[in-house]
Amino acid sequence: MEPVLILGIGIVTVAAVYLLLAADLPRMLIGFVLLGTAANLAILVSGRLGAPVPPLVPPGAMALASDAANPLPQALILTAIVIGFGLAAFTLTLVVKSYEEFGTVVADDMDAAETEAKPSLPEQKRLVAEQREAA
Amino acid sequence: MRLLIVAPLLIPFAAVALTALLWGQVAVQRAIGVIASVALLAAAVALVAATSDGRVLVAQMGDWPAPFGIAIVIDLFSAIMLVITGLMSLAVSVYALGPEATERDKAGFQPLLHSLILGVAGAFSTGDIFNLYVWFEVMLIASFGLLVLDRTREQMDGGIRYVFLNLIGTTIFLMAVGLLYGLTGTLNFADLARVAPTVENQGALAAVGVLLLIAFGAKAAVFPVFNWLPAAYHTASMPVAAIFAALLTKVGVYAIIRVFTLVFAHDAAFFGPIFAVVAMATMVTGVFGAAMHQDVRKILSFHIISQIGYMLIGVALMTPLAIAGSILYIVHHIVVKANLFLVAGAIRQETGSFALARTGGLWLSAPLLSLLFLVPALSLAGIPPLSGFWGKLVVIRSGFEAGGYLIAAVALVVGILTLFSMIKIWNEAFWKAAPIGTRAIPWTNRQRLATYAPVAVLAAITCTIGIWTEPFAAMSITAAESLLDREAYISAVLGSSVPRLAGVVP
Repeated sequence: MEPVLILGIGIVTVAAVYLLLAADLPRMLIGFVLLGTAANLAILVSGRLGAPVPPLVPPGAMALASDAANPLPQALILTAIVIGFGLAAFTLTLVVKSYEEFGTVVADDMDAAETEAKPSLPEQKRLVAEQREAA
Repeated sequence: MRLLIVAPLLIPFAAVALTALLWGQVAVQRAIGVIASVALLAAAVALVAATSDGRVLVAQMGDWPAPFGIAIVIDLFSAIMLVITGLMSLAVSVYALGPEATERDKAGFQPLLHSLILGVAGAFSTGDIFNLYVWFEVMLIASFGLLVLDRTREQMDGGIRYVFLNLIGTTIFLMAVGLLYGLTGTLNFADLARVAPTVENQGALAAVGVLLLIAFGAKAAVFPVFNWLPAAYHTASMPVAAIFAALLTKVGVYAIIRVFTLVFAHDAAFFGPIFAVVAMATMVTGVFGAAMHQDVRKILSFHIISQIGYMLIGVALMTPLAIAGSILYIVHHIVVKANLFLVAGAIRQETGSFALARTGGLWLSAPLLSLLFLVPALSLAGIPPLSGFWGKLVVIRSGFEAGGYLIAAVALVVGILTLFSMIKIWNEAFWKAAPIGTRAIPWTNRQRLATYAPVAVLAAITCTIGIWTEPFAAMSITAAESLLDREAYISAVLGSSVPRLAGVVP
């Protein structure tokens, strides 16, 4: 079971890296989601696989039976999934907003931050207002 | 005592909750922000007082004994970082009352700022590596929001770069945590430190260490994973850029120092040379990047990267003096660098631009600002008797003592090149005559006071560290010694009888 899953993690990671190298942002975002999935699966595998016994401490005992499933990786993955979901949601919003702003999702075509020293926000507003008045 | 240990988490958390509930009520939010910052600073100072003899304070969350639950662990290094966090939170909260405050606060600046502080304080206090990952994410999501607060085109563009590169960094961190758990069966720092030398597969453990190095390095903006920083910092509004410059990269440096002095200390012979090369490359790249730029904010952004190199010399050499030098350097750097960004905001206000070509004449029009710029700028370059001189002195001396002549020489040369960039800003923005068309953005006296007060206080702190260095140096040496005393940390967290369950290692 483990070799198959490890191979799967490898394939998912490769796909994620391939997508992260793409020029457009939605593909990169999917790449990030896939990379997160690979990381979560890696945690699952490193926490011992294959035990079907639920992780409940038997009455009277102080610890889990040695063949019980390991509950900790599942807790970690649950946390990581929630965090990853939040980050992906924010990033998707940012991608949509920048598509509205720039009219493109190709990262190379966005260069507003790389031109030196633009006028500040209030200056921009003032300039826009002046242009409106002139019109 | 237990309440005091978690106070640096509870105070910003309360501030986040209250400011979020009072959305739109700008005046109340600001008052809460300043009060919470003062409270955080006070709690952190109390923690320094409690740990100044090298003691390690531990609070087990939910009363679960150490390797099973999450432990909040404060040693002197953590406490010092918390003090500086509180100080920065206060400085930026006051500074943010200045120009453009209303737009910022309406967009949600206050809750986001305190979420960031919460994440930073959590990262500095936790004793559990998965918990560290969670605090990183708290910090990261807050920083995403802060970065694109004004929703301008350049912020969108810078934000995209910042967000994607950081997402990859944190996913690598998550993967490394999973693999580390697989190898050691534990996530608690103290327990990891105890188990790590006994792990059979040391090669795999070192590989996990390299993954962590990449993840923390990306956070700390070291060579070659620094690109997100100069792509984004200059687009943020000035209070945001100042708090980013002060704290974000330093959390990465803190994580590197914590993990590599505690968990991977037995493998220092392998990681030391890597850190030395990374530190030198980071110093040099940052300082040359700064030399070619003509925008105040970009010059300062590249100098953050350059200075991170100095902070890594401690983990490269692993001697008590080198680590003490790193700690002293971090404290000095946070104060100075945040102050320079605050001054940059004032320069924009007085001349209407961040571009050096379009600024000038500040020596005549704003003499006080000129003086307040000179203190952090000369300190950054390491001119005695300011704080940067002592930071550099300790770091470079530790380099010579430990036989790292090359790294010490690079540090010296980079110091001179730093002076070049600072003089460039001085000549262009302050000394030369104002170019035609320069005009100050009008501001009220209250806004002026809110801008100048934190700048003046931080400059005074820089002078204090410079002139009255002895207690600060002594404290960094105590902190470094307690960092290297791994046994004390382990026994403080795990207690004398280490619980050991057969077969828990997966």
